[in-house]
Amino acid sequence: MSKLQQALDSGKFVITGEIGPPKGVDIERCLEDAEKLRGQVVAINVTDLQSAVMRVGSLALCTKLVERKLEPVFQLTCRDRNRLALQSDLLSAWTLGIRNVLCLTGDHPVLGDDRDAKPVYDIDSVQLLKAASFLNGGHDMSGHELEGKPDFFLGAVVTPTAEPLEPQIIKMEKKIAAGAKFFQTQAVYEPESFERFMNETQSFTVPVIAGIVVLKSAAMARFMNQNVAGINVPEELVQEMANTKSEDRKKKAVNITARIIRQLKPLCQGVHIMPLGWDDLIPEIIKEAELN
Amino acid sequence: MLTTEQKPLEQLLEYLDREKSVFLIGCRGCAEGCHTGGEQEVLDMKQRLEEAGKTITGTSLIDFMCNESLVRMTLQAHEDAILSAESLLALCCGIGVQATSSVVDKIVHPGCNTVSMGGRHGEWREGERCMECGDCVLEFTGGICPIARCSKMLLNGPCGGSSDGKCEVSPDVPCAWQLIIERLTKLGRLDKLERIVAPKDWSVSLMSGAASKR
Repeated sequence: MSKLQQALDSGKFVITGEIGPPKGVDIERCLEDAEKLRGQVVAINVTDLQSAVMRVGSLALCTKLVERKLEPVFQLTCRDRNRLALQSDLLSAWTLGIRNVLCLTGDHPVLGDDRDAKPVYDIDSVQLLKAASFLNGGHDMSGHELEGKPDFFLGAVVTPTAEPLEPQIIKMEKKIAAGAKFFQTQAVYEPESFERFMNETQSFTVPVIAGIVVLKSAAMARFMNQNVAGINVPEELVQEMANTKSEDRKKKAVNITARIIRQLKPLCQGVHIMPLGWDDLIPEIIKEAELN
Repeated sequence: MLTTEQKPLEQLLEYLDREKSVFLIGCRGCAEGCHTGGEQEVLDMKQRLEEAGKTITGTSLIDFMCNESLVRMTLQAHEDAILSAESLLALCCGIGVQATSSVVDKIVHPGCNTVSMGGRHGEWREGERCMECGDCVLEFTGGICPIARCSKMLLNGPCGGSSDGKCEVSPDVPCAWQLIIERLTKLGRLDKLERIVAPKDWSVSLMSGAASKR
């Protein structure tokens, strides 16, 4: 059983982190980022060509983490692989020691750096969860028996502050039916709307890990507000960042992140911190959020 | 000429499972040429559905169901029969189903799979309405096609990129799933979204190239 699953099963408030593979083969810095999370988080997500930008794959870096005894969460999107490749990569992942998988739709190629690419989306995130559940049960999607079966801990994502919210909840229910055992959310900056979401999904007994992206600057907050669906950084936070001198920004980022985590903690089962390169702040954030 | 094939009766009866009464529509255009939705096929379908215990509240044949205004005008004459039916079954191409859905506030079941356009895309030219995927899913989506109108061709609901009813690819593109959910909400049939739609059979789509099963 993965450490993430054990932690969630035990009812402990979990902390997970994230690294994004580089565009190019120099992976040392990325692995250093992961090293900074050692002992701080229970598992580390490795993104799968995030923002539809071509780069080193999630499977390779997850394997590197396994070699270093760091527990990865393998992010797997439906954008670039058909059902053969998705199922094959899942089997490969298991043989490489990967135990946690996060199943996602994936940003559309037109948002990335190969805008002319043919989008795949042969199956969707619900069907991918189902396919992975089939593999766990010893059969592939077409019903053929496997020689040895995996036992993945399967996760999915949801956008808790989406407008409108109902479609997200309808799909969340389907993901649970398809085998999702935990949820990780899009970045949350408004604890009030997150609480509304948690209340509306109270009857779902699946653990929810709230996402939080470390705010680096007012410009970054404004960029996310304009370009990332489901993220809304309230104007007060943008101003708070804008009024901070650049040399104090890291400190402010710690304050804001820790403050939000303290507000989210009573509402959910964990937090997923996305430091986007500011991984060295994680210990301070955890301390200030009183998560130790 | 849009080439269609009738869906198997078992599939149609599954679609009509919750319903007792249905209004039947055929198309005198391409579907008549394909022998999937002309006068004879509508009569045959009526008989088969009645044998299966359904009540047919009325039937109508429309010259070209891809012509939205013609569908609107023709169906107006059948208003009472349509209102007394729980749903409609359309024996035509995917465009005809969508044109009917756009003028009637009831579930319109697709009776056929559209397998090929044969170089012609019907008369409803506002936008891409049918991708001739060969495995029509309009049954689950309130008569709005997620294959033609969702940027990711998703079958089980919107992705996380849907925001304020718009698609993540552009603020000018409506989120098809938002439209689907609004439509099903209006019809009181959000339950249609509860079931997990199975992965699509792409082997019957022209996207499989020369290997297509057609």
